Amino acid sequence: MEIVMAFVCGFLFMAAVYLILSRSLLRIIIGTGLLSHGAHLLILTMGGLGGESPPVLADGVTDYADPLPQALILTAIVISFGVTAFFLVLAYRAYQELGTDDTSLMKGSDEDD
Amino acid sequence: MKANNLILQFTSKIIFFIIFFFAVHIFFAGHYTPGGGFVGGLLMASAIVLLVISFDLKTVQTILPINYMYMTATGLIVAVGTAAFPMLLNKPFFTHFFDYFTLPLIGKTSLHTAALFDLGVFLVVVGVTMTIIQTIGEDE
Amino acid sequence: MQVLAIFIPVIVAIALPFLFKKIRAIHTGWFVLIVPVALFLYYLTFINDTKDGLSAISKLEWIPSLDIAFTSYIDGLSLLFSLLITGIGSLVVLYSIFYLDKTKEKLHNFYIYLLMFMTAMLGVVQSDHVITLYLFWELTSISSFLLIAYWSDRDASRFGALKSMMITVAGGLLMLGGLLLLAMMGGSFSIRELIAAGDLSQGNYFTLALVLILLGAFTKSAQFPFYIWLPDAMEAPTPVSAYLHSATMVKAGIYLVARMTPVFAVSDVWIWLVAGVGILTLTWGSLFAAKQTDLKAILAFSTVSQLGLIMSLLGVSAMAFHVEDAAGTIFKYAGFAAIFHLINHATFKGGLFMIAGIVDHETGTRDIRKLGGLMSIMPISFTVALIGSLSMAGVPLLNGFLSKEMFLTAMLSVMEFDLFNFETFGVLFPVLAFIASVFTFVYSCYFVGHTFLGKYKPESLPQKAHEAPIGMLISPIILAALVIIIFWIPNTVGEWLIKPAVMAVQPFLYTSPAEVMVEVSAWHGFNTELQMTLGIIILGLLLFMTLAKWQKAYAIWPRKLTLNSLYDFVIFAIFERGTENFSKLYMTNSIRRYLIYMFGAIIVMVIGTLFIKDAFVVDWDSGSPIAAYEITLIAVLVIGTLTALFGKSRITSIIGLGAVGYTVALFFVIFNAPDLALTQLVIETISVALFLLAFYHLPKLGRVEERVRFQLGRAIISVGVGVMVTLIALSAHSQKLVDSISSYYKETVYSLAGGGNIVNVILVDYRGFDTMFEIAVLAIAGMGIFSMIKLRMGKEKKNESQ
Repeated sequence: MEIVMAFVCGFLFMAAVYLILSRSLLRIIIGTGLLSHGAHLLILTMGGLGGESPPVLADGVTDYADPLPQALILTAIVISFGVTAFFLVLAYRAYQELGTDDTSLMKGSDEDD
Repeated sequence: MKANNLILQFTSKIIFFIIFFFAVHIFFAGHYTPGGGFVGGLLMASAIVLLVISFDLKTVQTILPINYMYMTATGLIVAVGTAAFPMLLNKPFFTHFFDYFTLPLIGKTSLHTAALFDLGVFLVVVGVTMTIIQTIGEDE
Repeated sequence: MQVLAIFIPVIVAIALPFLFKKIRAIHTGWFVLIVPVALFLYYLTFINDTKDGLSAISKLEWIPSLDIAFTSYIDGLSLLFSLLITGIGSLVVLYSIFYLDKTKEKLHNFYIYLLMFMTAMLGVVQSDHVITLYLFWELTSISSFLLIAYWSDRDASRFGALKSMMITVAGGLLMLGGLLLLAMMGGSFSIRELIAAGDLSQGNYFTLALVLILLGAFTKSAQFPFYIWLPDAMEAPTPVSAYLHSATMVKAGIYLVARMTPVFAVSDVWIWLVAGVGILTLTWGSLFAAKQTDLKAILAFSTVSQLGLIMSLLGVSAMAFHVEDAAGTIFKYAGFAAIFHLINHATFKGGLFMIAGIVDHETGTRDIRKLGGLMSIMPISFTVALIGSLSMAGVPLLNGFLSKEMFLTAMLSVMEFDLFNFETFGVLFPVLAFIASVFTFVYSCYFVGHTFLGKYKPESLPQKAHEAPIGMLISPIILAALVIIIFWIPNTVGEWLIKPAVMAVQPFLYTSPAEVMVEVSAWHGFNTELQMTLGIIILGLLLFMTLAKWQKAYAIWPRKLTLNSLYDFVIFAIFERGTENFSKLYMTNSIRRYLIYMFGAIIVMVIGTLFIKDAFVVDWDSGSPIAAYEITLIAVLVIGTLTALFGKSRITSIIGLGAVGYTVALFFVIFNAPDLALTQLVIETISVALFLLAFYHLPKLGRVEERVRFQLGRAIISVGVGVMVTLIALSAHSQKLVDSISSYYKETVYSLAGGGNIVNVILVDYRGFDTMFEIAVLAIAGMGIFSMIKLRMGKEKKNESQ
């Protein structure tokens, strides 16, 4: 399963990078969203997907899933939410102010230089 | 969302409380079973978001007149304060304390300073999520 | 208390903005004045101990784990400097009260910088720990930068400030290297212990450390060829020039050399560098001082020259280490002369700077070509200037004469030194000293003569000249009085201040100040030194009379060959334009191109490391089994990703992303991560709401035509990243080189942390720092969003202008 998941992560990253390298702001945002999903799965896969039960103490259970990657991912999920929201607002504010969502046209006006 | 969604509004009023209490439960249960400040906070925020969707921002603002920025700040202070408090007792930053007590009505239970820290997390998560939703929603 | 005294100025500085804002009626300087005066009185109490050769030490721990502490060590040398810093500081603050207008100037800034400097300077001269010495050393550079740029709307101020900081901070960094090498060799951070450690010259890096430390000292003390920052630093307000750039900061280098003399005196490189650079600077500075037309520039070059004088004396004082029984021979004079001249220089040069400021303040110009004949209009200033200048020139009845005589004695002693090739080149020292002294005499006369004597030219002055207010004159008068008083009581000063300091410089000669057998006397027969002085005065007068004729000769030297143009070349041509052109090669202003650089670099680095280190291993056997529903989930995930990737409208792409998110949540469920699954589900829901709310504002997805070449590069990079991630995931899964800390968490979660949900306990307890910073980041993101939407600076400005 881990090997399959490794390829899934690679696929998610590939799609994410492809989107991030596009000109449209919205695609970039979606790309970052995909990137964080990919990263979360990657951390989980690297830690190993074994374990019989969730990492919660219970009687008679000894084979827990690895709790450390989960803790890291939990932090990452919330952060990526904040980042996505920030990007979203940044994008639409930029769109409102500059009238374009094409990053190659957003080089600032001459006055800024 | 100007249409008069009576069914949506009626059900969301009930569901709001269900989610609200579920959020509180998840928050407190977090130390022993799945849950915690993050999930609890997000659930709480989603409960409020549900209200926002079925009514509108202004109505929700009058029902829950909360300044979410202050909420975020309070959360940060609670979290950092819990972490910093042991320094006054000459213990390292972030030392947690816990013990077991028998309280009336509830019975034997544990009290943990980690829960206070988690409360800070909870407040920040709710505060930030709602700040984001609110500011975007208000923007015309 | 002793070590805290260092910090008193900067602590007081905190209160200044409030005093300045609330109590506008009283000049803020009056509050500031209390600090140096109190400290001066405090440091006076140390004289009792230090004059018997005792010292006081006080320590404040800073970073105990690295053995770094603020240590205040006050012996004769430190005390002398501390007294200079606080004493001249008091006078300068008093002077500045009348110099800076309380209604027009940003006094709070000025005095904060000044007090910051005072702390830094006290720290430099009292620190026994090399790291804190460096810290304070750079702090003096920074505060000097701020003070020079005090009138920050002037180009010249900013240029001068930057120049001084570039040179002194660079020197400071080199010095840090030297100090660390020294500390390594000596096995201690404490300067006292390094001195006590004895001969370190066998260490591998001894000469390197020596040169590095000297570079720090030379840049700070404006020695040749680093002096070029000092004339430009004269853009600072005059009180600053009088304080930092004549009396204190530029003497930090002198202090360092004096302090390090016991460590390095054994080395011939040290003697040659310190004495040689010193005498060269002395000559060079005095030659060029007579060229200047700006009053403060004359003083700046004269300061450079006088610092060179003290430096060369320190170099010569190290020779005593190599002479048998030096305490009884002619070699004993150099160390004493260095310290003595240091005090004298502070008195007369401080006064002269203040006079230059007064002339500037009252006539509106510092250009010596426009000035003249001010004697009758400004008689008090003239008297002070005359006393200061003549003392600088080395004329009898003033303290400068005494130290100048002794300087000549020391330079003559060089001829008797017969080690390290001094028997052949040593004769240069008295010769250069003589030439430099002649020119010192010339520019001293030039300074007074062309300002106060000659013809009064009211038409060329921007404002009508008049005598300065008495408050402004108090400080220069006190300094001028000291110039005279020291001439009459040199031996008292010697006993109280100089001899204890000399003992610190030459501990290899003396064990107590009383052993320093140097008596200063104004008359010691018609010897070589006196003949030289007479020669200097006669020749100097001659040259001064004919100044107008030969001053033009300076113009012969081409401007392009000066050190200043070298500096400009290095800074502008190499650093600014060169790096700019280089940057433009790859900085194309296209974010996507930068991203491609980044991703490309990551791919190359990671995949390269994987194969170079032979880290890529795949273990096909281990791993959990694959279930059918997992395959289904993967299929959904891939479809969702493809939808997000190729969606033609906004809503399709967003739905695609949402599908991926929910699938990931389901993955969390099957991989036994209930916390993650819960969080992911809720987050996904809120994200959808967020996208819906923002949907109205979002741009439509347009089909943008891309160039094929870029499209190809983009595809290659994306596939590269994908492959890289897959490789990492495979290798990370296939080899577990170290045991995971997770088992520790599992074992202790109940006993140590009193919890059951390991993930949550990790978040709030084991790795609480992560969570704390995470919520801080989250709060920042929230504030960022809030301010992006609520504060529309750009738009409001536009509306106002319409």
